[in-house]
Amino acid sequence: MNAPLGTTGLILDEPLLWERGRPGRRGACLPPADVPPSPLDPELCGDGPDFPDLSEVDLVRHFTRLSTWNYGVDTGFYPLGSCTMKYNPKTHERQAALKGFAAAHPLLPASLCQGALQLIWELERDLAAITGMDAVSLQPAAGAHGELAGMLVIHAHHQHQGHQRAKIIIPDTAHGTNPASAALCGYRPVAVASGPEGVLEPAAIEAVMDEETAGIMVTNPNTLGLFETHIREIAAIVHAKGGLVYADGANLNAVMGIVDMAAIGVDVIHLNLHKTFATPHGGGGPGSGPICVRRQLEPYLPVPRVVKDGDQYHLETDRPLSIGRMGSFHGHFGVMVKAYSYIRSMGADGLRRASELAVLNANYLKEKLKQDFHLAYDRPCMHECVFSDRRQAPFKVTTLDMAKRLMDYGFHPPTIYFPLVVHGAIMIEPTETESKEDLDRFVTAMRAIAEEARTEPETVKSAPRYTKVRRLDEVTAARKPCLVG
Amino acid sequence: MKEINELNLPEDLRYADDHEWLRPLETAARIGISDYAQDQLGDIVYVELPAVGRQLAKGEEFGTVESVKAVSSLYMPVGGEVTAVNEQLAEAPELVNTDPYGQGWMIEVKVADPAEVDALMDRAAYLKALGG
Amino acid sequence: MRYLPHTPEEIQEMLAVVGAESLDQLFFPIPPACRRQSALELPAPLSEWALDARMDALAARTAVAPQAKVFLGAGSYDHFIPAAVDALAGRSEFLTAYTPYQPEISQGTLQAIYEYQTLACRLMGTEVATASHYDGATALAEALLMAIRKTGHRRVAVSRLVHPHYRQVAATYLHPAGYEIVELPYRPDGTTDLSTVEAEPDLAAVAIQSPNFFGCIEDLAAGAAAAKGVGALLVAGFTEALAYGLLKSPASQGAEIVAGEGQSLGLPRSFGGPGLGMLGTRQAHVRSLPGRLVGKTVDQEGRQGFVLTLATREQHIRRERATSNICTNNSHCALRAVMYMAALGGTGFRELAVLNHDKAAYLKQALAAAGHRVPFTRPIFNEFVVDFGTGFEAVHRRLQDAGIVAGLPLEADYPELAGCYLLCATETASRQDLDLLVKEVSR
Repeated sequence: MNAPLGTTGLILDEPLLWERGRPGRRGACLPPADVPPSPLDPELCGDGPDFPDLSEVDLVRHFTRLSTWNYGVDTGFYPLGSCTMKYNPKTHERQAALKGFAAAHPLLPASLCQGALQLIWELERDLAAITGMDAVSLQPAAGAHGELAGMLVIHAHHQHQGHQRAKIIIPDTAHGTNPASAALCGYRPVAVASGPEGVLEPAAIEAVMDEETAGIMVTNPNTLGLFETHIREIAAIVHAKGGLVYADGANLNAVMGIVDMAAIGVDVIHLNLHKTFATPHGGGGPGSGPICVRRQLEPYLPVPRVVKDGDQYHLETDRPLSIGRMGSFHGHFGVMVKAYSYIRSMGADGLRRASELAVLNANYLKEKLKQDFHLAYDRPCMHECVFSDRRQAPFKVTTLDMAKRLMDYGFHPPTIYFPLVVHGAIMIEPTETESKEDLDRFVTAMRAIAEEARTEPETVKSAPRYTKVRRLDEVTAARKPCLVG
Repeated sequence: MKEINELNLPEDLRYADDHEWLRPLETAARIGISDYAQDQLGDIVYVELPAVGRQLAKGEEFGTVESVKAVSSLYMPVGGEVTAVNEQLAEAPELVNTDPYGQGWMIEVKVADPAEVDALMDRAAYLKALGG
Repeated sequence: MRYLPHTPEEIQEMLAVVGAESLDQLFFPIPPACRRQSALELPAPLSEWALDARMDALAARTAVAPQAKVFLGAGSYDHFIPAAVDALAGRSEFLTAYTPYQPEISQGTLQAIYEYQTLACRLMGTEVATASHYDGATALAEALLMAIRKTGHRRVAVSRLVHPHYRQVAATYLHPAGYEIVELPYRPDGTTDLSTVEAEPDLAAVAIQSPNFFGCIEDLAAGAAAAKGVGALLVAGFTEALAYGLLKSPASQGAEIVAGEGQSLGLPRSFGGPGLGMLGTRQAHVRSLPGRLVGKTVDQEGRQGFVLTLATREQHIRRERATSNICTNNSHCALRAVMYMAALGGTGFRELAVLNHDKAAYLKQALAAAGHRVPFTRPIFNEFVVDFGTGFEAVHRRLQDAGIVAGLPLEADYPELAGCYLLCATETASRQDLDLLVKEVSR
């Protein structure tokens, strides 16, 4: 089993930004000073920031070289579980850069920004259609921000009912953002373990759900890549005690056009436009985390709301029950433009096909890899599957070692050590944009690593060898933080 | 990670379920975490300790200990007033790894109820609790 | 569909491996009652060129320069962005990467964010800065929560001259957990009245924005002293980062936490987002900071490298006890910001800041000379308030129809300022544009 290494090329060094340049150089033009100088009181003035002076060439070389040390979706296969690293279409960048979008001031009078408002209004309707929910707010800036908005909606709902609640149910497979977002509303998380099949069991919810519990936060499909088959019974239990069901929509990519979120009992769901709707993640953001709600929760959505009146659009802020404003303006409009472009390019059939192929790709990898890697739950999966390092443990080779070795083979590693309920988890989400031959190449590399773990474990444990840097000293970085140069 | 028979568990200390140790002194008691605990946590990068003078009950959290990717709470093996904290750990948290019973100690407390000290495990009982 | 590579034959081969007869059969774990009964109702898919036409049409229905003259600031500023910034930020190695969880193949993002943190500190005067937050408003809200954690106090005092949206976001973040916000009034000169601070109990923070929402430069040192007097921290906010090319930095005047908006640093306005939340503080407070941090370290061969660090503060480890729930931040916006700051350099950044001040000062003087009242006397940076009088609404609307936006009416947020407008002039406004505005509003 010979897999070709993916990295044997040229890696250029580059110093820190301020080690380049000379005072007096410049990389940008200023317009002519066509007004008289008007000196400001020197008492108020500082010396100006100590930025390095670079020419445009210095600048371009510096950041171009840095970029070559990165691995992106455009570089290759990026099976980072729970992150939906699908291909980001190039046309999205063109659309978001249109002057009428990119240069638009957020406080333009409504008559001067009809195009932007129409786009927001239509995208809200598209997302409502895709989820089956009734109303959408595009204000939240990222997934965790959407979770916070959703929790605030639930908090406002209970407040309006006249009795605030103290707790929220969160399964042990949840993303860490779930309990952190709930805590901002003052809710105390109540952990519930998933059953032996890797999904929640109604009895476990029945046992903890009471009238002091605001509801449940459930990711569906969950982070094990399994559909929560009892979701409707669970929702009924929560609703019977006056609670609400919050869905973390991070894994929507598995079920577009397949599952109706309202039909399964969801009251609030957040989506990640930077996952499911193919907007680039930018090395950590910006994302966009819209929330979609059932009709009865619409009054609580963040302000401003985009309203259509005849054929005119405007913003409204006078919503007395609203949880308030979530950000400086109207959310990440630049990201919305890309998600809108994606939905309008794919259409209903295209989105459903994307989910079908995402699930096909994940099940294909699951079947191809399960001979060599321990599968945490050997069941048909949705868009991702979770392995562990149990079979490599006898050779003292860990999940981390294998993740690092994958880099030498030219792949981005999967998500590792998450979900926490699987010891040494390896969480693989291929997405639908990967072709069979790319999946097969990945399988070949993974099998080669399994073989290396048996026969030459040191090779795996000392990986990566061909990257810009090798394993980094994270302990010293945390003990003696050096955060500024 | 160490096997159980590789652990250093001094005879003259008392041990708690949450892997803290306690050493009775003249007027107070010194507290830290066991060799087992430091080994499980791995390289310790930060220790957060309470202010001197705080009154804490048995079982109450007195601080946290952090590795690169984990945080663990520290619990009072006995109740009492915090009379000293190991300031050295702010600069050198690795002492908890290298010398958990010596320079890696964490706090000293004035024990409220000596019976709580007696209720802690001795070496043999702790070793048994660890499954050894 | 051009993003979906599977041929029908490949689908059949893969289904055979999986042991399913059809794509539909893959979904059998989903109970029928959870399934959609009908296809999604969405508009028919567009080809790439049809999409271009649709988006061109939507974009054309928004007023932007040069056809429109928009004299609006108020948290979103028109600055020229060099083509090099767009080209470099658009490199897909940066754009299509995820959060740098695997540092060995993310050194580009990591070094660039470390460089951003460094230049952000040099701008704000702080000892540390985070890798980014969503925007100025959420950065300020997080700063207030941080002050609450640091001090153990449960109330914060926020100036009425902090951007109204930022105050509303602070309320959204603080109220559900039971924290209280008190407002500090403003003085006739257009700066915050600090005289009520000393009587306020249990204060964690005093929050002041400078330049404030009226464009006036605040006395942050006085704010720091007032905060210190009651055991609170001064949280200094800003909406116009370029101002600190000219003004004393907030931390140098005693701000313990600095939080604001970095959109001016090379980000298009983009109808308000994405922006860049900037947040900095002293090294001593670093473990209370919300959000990601990049640190410098070495690899096993001793070579310099960068990692995400101090992660134990964050949600994926500390869960409900984390310093924030933030995960995805605005990293790519921070990347643009460091590119922009480096493109201008210290020399260029200073000159640009001076030019902004000169343009706004010119417009302010010209309007005053034309007989318009300028109600606040404190010095400004690149925006200021003018009292056009209560009858001006019709003129404002008429100018709108001609593509001129003559400032932001303040009455909605400040009922006592009916007839007053907030105007902004940056380097992109030519003298001709400014003269035209003065002429039009004075007719």
